[in-house]
Amino acid sequence: MKAATIQLETLTCPSCMQKIEGALKSLDGIDKDTMKILFNSSKVKVNFDEEKVSIDEIKSAITKLGYEVLNYKVK
Amino acid sequence: MQKYILSKKNSITLISGILIAIAFISKWTIANTDIFNWALIIASILGAAPIVIQAYQALRVKVVSIDVLVTIAVIGAFLIKNYEESAIVTFLFLFGAYLEQRTLNQTRSAIKELTEMAPESALKQMENGEFELVEVDEVDEGDILLVKTGAKIPVDGTVVSGEASVNEASITGESIPVAKEKGSKVYAGTIIDNGTIQIVADRVGEDTTFGKIIELVEEAQDSKSQAERFIDGFSKYYTPAVLVLGFIVWLLSRNVELAITILVLGCPGALVIGVPVSNVAGIGNGARNGVLLKGSEVINEFSKLDTMVFDKTGTLTVGKPSVTEKVYYGDNIDEALSYLASVERESDHPLAKAVLEEIGETRFWPVENTEVIKGGGIVANVNGHRVAVGNVALMEKENVELGEKARSDIARLEKDGNSLVLTSVDGQLKVLMGIRDQIRPRVKEDLQRLKKLGVKNLIMLSGDNQGTVDVVSRELGLTQAHGNMLPEDKAQYIKRLIDEGHIVAFVGDGVNDSPSLALANIGIAMGGGTDVAIETSDVVLMNSDFSRLPHALGLTKATARNMRQNIVIAVGVVLFLLAGVLFSEWVNMSVGMLVHEASILAVILNGMRLLRYKLRY
Repeated sequence: MKAATIQLETLTCPSCMQKIEGALKSLDGIDKDTMKILFNSSKVKVNFDEEKVSIDEIKSAITKLGYEVLNYKVK
Repeated sequence: MQKYILSKKNSITLISGILIAIAFISKWTIANTDIFNWALIIASILGAAPIVIQAYQALRVKVVSIDVLVTIAVIGAFLIKNYEESAIVTFLFLFGAYLEQRTLNQTRSAIKELTEMAPESALKQMENGEFELVEVDEVDEGDILLVKTGAKIPVDGTVVSGEASVNEASITGESIPVAKEKGSKVYAGTIIDNGTIQIVADRVGEDTTFGKIIELVEEAQDSKSQAERFIDGFSKYYTPAVLVLGFIVWLLSRNVELAITILVLGCPGALVIGVPVSNVAGIGNGARNGVLLKGSEVINEFSKLDTMVFDKTGTLTVGKPSVTEKVYYGDNIDEALSYLASVERESDHPLAKAVLEEIGETRFWPVENTEVIKGGGIVANVNGHRVAVGNVALMEKENVELGEKARSDIARLEKDGNSLVLTSVDGQLKVLMGIRDQIRPRVKEDLQRLKKLGVKNLIMLSGDNQGTVDVVSRELGLTQAHGNMLPEDKAQYIKRLIDEGHIVAFVGDGVNDSPSLALANIGIAMGGGTDVAIETSDVVLMNSDFSRLPHALGLTKATARNMRQNIVIAVGVVLFLLAGVLFSEWVNMSVGMLVHEASILAVILNGMRLLRYKLRY
């Protein structure tokens, strides 16, 4: 398990959170319980299994929704 | 393509606004319906593009978002050839989103200021011994860093060489520079006022105290209260329900116009955004004023609190005893004082420190044959004299004659809660000192403010004897005060208060009182940004500043009130519009959208007021 913190462009509508949540939940290898979409700081924090899903796949799932990823950290 | 359209959302909004203006100008001035219609058609299609894309993306991940409602409504209006409605609704929706973003950034500004104080670069010692500028992420524990005047310290570390004065306001809230030399600890995010130091990195990035504070505040502003989680769950079903309602209305009335109007009116905008904006603005105000609030649940409970329990030492009092009064008897006092200082200099008793501080510069003599009398004091030979320093019992044991005046002085000082230090030289009483832990300056006024804000019970618990506790309690006007309490007694006491139905805050220094901090409804730590304080408490007062407490309570009350106002605005607007569409003629799609966007801005602006909140005395 790895922990990713992804900084997005400023989120403005709370339904953005639902969308991102929905998109990430459909990925395999995402730990749904630890996933946090921080609306006000526009961050996604999530633990994932790096054997099933890569950080690039997570990033592209978010960018496909139209949200820009500004930077990210994986620990 | 999709991305391109979304990135041009602002220009699209502007163009569609201009097109709508052209349409209406041409209608009113030259009465040209062709230009009117075509301008509106283009405006509708342009404006709808980003909304449709967002709706499509939402549906793909099985979310019925507001975009979906608006898209269906706009397409419906377009199909029944009501171009006026479709153009105006898309424009208002986009323009509203733009304003929302601008104002939301305002409410988030206080916290952004904090995160922007995070250090970004560091001068790191490379293998060749030279210092090179690197990103702060590239610094590891154990690296040697160079920090010069004006620079931000990039990590928590220990000084290995050099000297500097450091402004630690970002951690402690205290802006008077602190001197640092070899061996001193320094903290990430603090700024060197003057000097140059080399430090070894102990903790980096998110593990630093500053990193923890930022993480705490960031998580706090997005933490959800029960009410908020309810609204979240509610809106998950609410939006699809509006869609179903619109469909049913169409089935029953066969009136497309009415059905799509309901879709627009049902948008839950203000409802979902109202509470988070109050939350972020309230927590932001706190962060700016040295009060860290851990989330909206804390805000809610804090605002309802009726009982505050204080630890005495270090919270209500300074935690450092000092001499309040001294009385001299007979002559040769200077000599007696220098003997007293000489004896006390060799003692590590807490009262000895206070005595030495009071006497200040003096001549020190060699001290011989020191004898410590348990529960009494010290007897020793100084400069050929027998000197006894201690309490009344010691004086009696030494057969020192206490005169009438001395006895009444002793009684008076004891009544005021002082500990006594008496000094005799060769069996003659020379000096009497009363020593007391001082009450923090202005605490009395702060307690009065808390009372005014609605705290009914102000209770003090202390490990000190009941006499001392009573004196402090009387002086501060507390409702109750209990002495002789161990940390576990305090925790028990708090548990009993909670069982009796009180909402209890415990204010302590965060180290020895962690059971009480954890047990109370609200644990408030007077910690200068220490880890224990940050982790075990719900509220942290930076720089141990007691005067932040009334502000914190006032702020949470204002924030909780603000949240309730926003919920009322949001629900009220939806009910008002639904009633309007059912019982009157004037509510159409455009009006509905306008009122909606206005209500969203209203809740954001209302939340923004919290940024400027100040406690009025």
